[in-house]
Amino acid sequence: MLNYTIRRLLISIPTLLFIALAIFLLLELAPGDPVANQPLTIPPEVRELMRKALGLGEPVHIRFWKWLVQFFWIEPQVFIDWLTTSSGLAPVLPDTDFYIPCGVGAVAECDPRILSWQFRSPVMDIVLQRIPQTLWVVGTAYVVAIVIAIPVGVYSAYRQYSWFDNAGTFVTMVGFSVPPFFSGVLVIVIFSVQLGWFPSIYDTTHRVVDWDSFVYQLRQMVMPVMVLALQITSQISRFMRASMLDNLNQDYVRTARAKGMTENTVVLVHVLRNSMIPVVTVIALGIPSIFGGAIITEQVFKVNGIGQMLIGAIEANDIPTVQTLTFIFAVLIVLFNLIADILYGILDPRIRYD
Amino acid sequence: MTDATRLDPADRYRAPRNQWWDVWDQFKKHRGALVGAVTFVGIILFVFLGPLFYPHDAQYVPTGRDFIKLRDIRPAYVAIWDGDAKIDVARPLGTDNIGRDALARMMQGGQVSITVGLAAMLLSLILGTLIGVLAGYFRRLDGPLMRFTDLFLALPLLPLLLVAVLLFREPLKNAFGTEGGIFVLIVTLVGITSWMQTARIVRGDVLALKEREFVIAARSIGTPARRIVLRHILPNVMSPIMVSATLGIASAIITESALSFLGFGFPPDFPTWGRLLNDSVDRMVLYPERVLWPGLFISVTVLSVNYIGDGLRDALDPRIRGR
Amino acid sequence: MKLKHTLLGAAAVTALAPALAHAAGHEGPRGRDGEVKIIYWQAPSILNPFLSGGTKDIDASNMVIEPLARFDEKGNLIPWLVDAVPTVENGGVSEDLKSITWKITSGILWSDGTPFTSADVKFTYEYCTHPEGGCAQLTKFEGVASVETPDDLTVVVNFNEPTPNPYVPFVGLESPIIQAAQFANCTGAKAPECTDQNFGPIGTGPFKVVEFKPNDVIRYEANENYRVDGKPAFASVTFKGGGDATAAGRAVMETGEFDYAWNLQLAPDVIAEMEKGGKGTPIAGFGPLVERLMLNQTNPDPALGPDQRSVSMLDADGNQQNPHPFLRDPAVYKAMSMAIDRPLLVEIGYGQAGKVTCNWVPAPDIFNSTSMSCDTQDIAGANAMLDAAGIVDSDGDGVREKDGVPLRVLYQTSTNAVRQDFQALIKQWWSEIGIDAELRNINASVFFGGDPGSPDTFQKFYADIEMYANNFSGTDPQAYLGNGLCDKAPTPATQWQGENISRFCMKEYDALHAQLAGTANIEERARIGRELNDMMVQNGGMIPLVHRGRISAHANSLGGVVLNVWDSEMWNVADWYRIK
Repeated sequence: MLNYTIRRLLISIPTLLFIALAIFLLLELAPGDPVANQPLTIPPEVRELMRKALGLGEPVHIRFWKWLVQFFWIEPQVFIDWLTTSSGLAPVLPDTDFYIPCGVGAVAECDPRILSWQFRSPVMDIVLQRIPQTLWVVGTAYVVAIVIAIPVGVYSAYRQYSWFDNAGTFVTMVGFSVPPFFSGVLVIVIFSVQLGWFPSIYDTTHRVVDWDSFVYQLRQMVMPVMVLALQITSQISRFMRASMLDNLNQDYVRTARAKGMTENTVVLVHVLRNSMIPVVTVIALGIPSIFGGAIITEQVFKVNGIGQMLIGAIEANDIPTVQTLTFIFAVLIVLFNLIADILYGILDPRIRYD
Repeated sequence: MTDATRLDPADRYRAPRNQWWDVWDQFKKHRGALVGAVTFVGIILFVFLGPLFYPHDAQYVPTGRDFIKLRDIRPAYVAIWDGDAKIDVARPLGTDNIGRDALARMMQGGQVSITVGLAAMLLSLILGTLIGVLAGYFRRLDGPLMRFTDLFLALPLLPLLLVAVLLFREPLKNAFGTEGGIFVLIVTLVGITSWMQTARIVRGDVLALKEREFVIAARSIGTPARRIVLRHILPNVMSPIMVSATLGIASAIITESALSFLGFGFPPDFPTWGRLLNDSVDRMVLYPERVLWPGLFISVTVLSVNYIGDGLRDALDPRIRGR
Repeated sequence: MKLKHTLLGAAAVTALAPALAHAAGHEGPRGRDGEVKIIYWQAPSILNPFLSGGTKDIDASNMVIEPLARFDEKGNLIPWLVDAVPTVENGGVSEDLKSITWKITSGILWSDGTPFTSADVKFTYEYCTHPEGGCAQLTKFEGVASVETPDDLTVVVNFNEPTPNPYVPFVGLESPIIQAAQFANCTGAKAPECTDQNFGPIGTGPFKVVEFKPNDVIRYEANENYRVDGKPAFASVTFKGGGDATAAGRAVMETGEFDYAWNLQLAPDVIAEMEKGGKGTPIAGFGPLVERLMLNQTNPDPALGPDQRSVSMLDADGNQQNPHPFLRDPAVYKAMSMAIDRPLLVEIGYGQAGKVTCNWVPAPDIFNSTSMSCDTQDIAGANAMLDAAGIVDSDGDGVREKDGVPLRVLYQTSTNAVRQDFQALIKQWWSEIGIDAELRNINASVFFGGDPGSPDTFQKFYADIEMYANNFSGTDPQAYLGNGLCDKAPTPATQWQGENISRFCMKEYDALHAQLAGTANIEERARIGRELNDMMVQNGGMIPLVHRGRISAHANSLGGVVLNVWDSEMWNVADWYRIK
């Protein structure tokens, strides 16, 4: 397994480079203009100058190369400097000074970072700014969903066609069929407008410092988490149930029961473990999307996390931002799919990759 | 107990019959599946045959003095609790804000949503299952196919759609006509952007299945790979595929509306369930029926497909069928 | 040389006095009313208006940085950082109209406590006109020869040519002054790299930036060096962005979480329902924004190659060599216009934020032509006109033909609920006069994005008819009327850039526009402007539909709000207060 992991990690490098190139070319090919959002009152000549100032005049391969250098060479330097000087680990680590900033008072030789075309500021800074609210909302929704979905799926399968199973099927199917642009607005109308329980607009400047502010944080998270978790729960619990049903009829279950194991052990140890493969797959595909954010839910509740950043960048044709976000997303996908593959081997030792 | 039935004389002399009859018998016994199938057929008949019997046209906008009279009519049933509501029995579900008949739009919208939903779901299932089985069963294909899946998972959807629309809309329009071209485009786009999850899940299950005793046994007696896959592997990955199918229909219907809303899909006066729902969210409080009906139809369609899937899976499983 | 602008401007100075007196009832120490919360459904991405021309960015920065003079809610010019608006009468504008002298009010401080001087004004000019800077507001400095600073409080702007309207540089929301000390190292190619400066400009305005999260939220605090005592009434501002217009309206009028919501582009019944929430009030104001149908003067047939489809090809006499098969026929475009029920469109789509108009330039008032009337639908008349012109349905399919070409049009617009309702209505009306329309909607960021590679941009106009809204900034429409000039048509040679979207071309129009550019008298300019407007509409370059206002909403507890469509909506944020 170790061999396999190392080999997969090595293969990941060319894969990711290829994905980066594919994304870059795709964005290049897609119609779009970074100054499209400017008002119609700005004449074409000025637009052309604005485009030039963004560096759009250069050929494609040079821009791709520049992006690669910025992403793999300059941004890590910034990160290391930050780690050794400003982060919590700073006292332990020796101070470093790899990155030579550009901008005010810059010397001639400086390291240009990846700048967003919308904000004219480093993309990674904005990403860091967006991560807290994304993790709070989308991350919590995933945790809540997994915690609910697995027991629901297991019990639904164990008591197939019981009232619990039928109710679960109904709720999850309706929950999945109702898109968040509708369910989100529905909960706002009910809980914010009619009842006035929760704020309809997420406050990203809110800091949790004491109990009261923590309660406020919970109140503003309830609705987006609810809407998101419903979708994710539906998905995971359906796969969990189907997979459990497949395994409950297997011979080894009968053997285990015949050996006199308790029902709990049979179901929760033997059957559950063997049924986890599809669920692990779904969760592994889902975790990168925690980082990717939830575009519609974030927009409905004004969470303004990474999902909103991505869609905003796509609409504004802010190619450096889209490229960077998508690529980070790609890294996570490759990584978590590898983790899923390793987990398959642990869950079912018969699976061999070598 | 099984022996007792075997010895039943009536059974002993029954002519051998096609296994699909057994499948059908088992399917019939599954109450949920039967109700689901009847509902699904009902919805299909409603949306495809309904317009033949219903006098109003989905795209007709009343003009002149009729306009004020015919816009914003509430459904007929509102009269039960609100005597002052503006209703018209000739328009059972009322009209929208520019006077188009809601029931006619539900029916026409259903035609598109169901066709797009089914077609896109099938395309994505076929792609996903094919890639998943190939990657799971043939070790040599696993690496390339799964890296290919990673690539598709990573590509940003919206720019991908923009490029596809840019490249293929005109040729498809020339080949299949305006609406046919858009239909092909949407089904293909939804299909090729949603197969990855199915592929990963199927591959995961196949990886485990191919090490099971019955597969090893089949292989050891020299069964060709094609037959192992079709006979032994595929039937055993049916349940995750069925789940993907049900979830796939729902997301295809919603994705279609998102595409049309962004302007990559059907013309704006062409109703679909997802679009009706989307357009009505702003007036949800004043006219709840405008979100209720499309939402209900999408949910019921997905639920009925889900139960049909459940029944099919049970019916196809010989271990359950015997019982 | 009388300029009505300036006369009105001078009048406005006195007119402002009552407004101040009104606010006097709410006087008190600065920052007495705590926090005010503003929501823009488009989120500001940068606070430097020279790097982004979006309204959201400009409005957010206008709470901090200010121009020398700006427009009030009636479109009058008022002095802002100067003592008075310079005119020829008071000697501020030279007799030859080639220079204007601004006298800065003494004692104005930047929020960091340093004095505001003419050097800052001159620096702003240099910053924006730097050739590598990519300044979005470059047109504001068009024709400026130099900016001189005889002393700390005097700024002289010299023009290359006699300029009838010298109130463009340093005037209005798009031309504010930035601090020289802060931006000194940020000129030219370095402009985008100055993140701190672009995210937190130092200004003379009532507020200063405390925290800026791009595309999300801005927090401001009252500027303790602001020039008026007791203002602003609010100690801090939260400026949230993102979401959609419905959610913004709901947050102000239904849940009361926010105090001000910008630009609620919603159907009138939706706004009316929100108003029933009782927490806020919608307010409307009218600028020159017009929703219109552009009629393609050239042939958009897909069978034509990329060098010919929707391309204007003029011969030496200015005649179109690639004409549209039927849209240039007066009977066709007049009938199309007659078939439209404009009052109904207003009622459905805009309510109090819309007026029926037949004009391309409906505001300011003196430019609004009254020669046409179009407020009644006349389907029978339209049919009769087409019949009389010999455009009849010869093959019985319900669609008329002109010279064998059926009157089938592709009618496209951007994705927007109101526009799609308009499309459906207009399609129905046209079907009743034998014109068949195929509808298309296109994502706004593609439609208005000028990518020459995309077939769906409004400039490329690969359709017969398209609908959108446009306006101009400031109060002078000369440049805007220039959008009808023959040589402004987008073509493949210009990468499809150009503002003459309908490819309208008339020699008489070009000649009259040249005459406008050489006229200084305001009455005369207005007369020519109205004539140009009529020429465009009556010759089928466009069908104006609705004169659109801007609709915003404020909480019932927020006082002092004056909606201004000629300037930033945040123009008088210093006067806002909490009604107790």
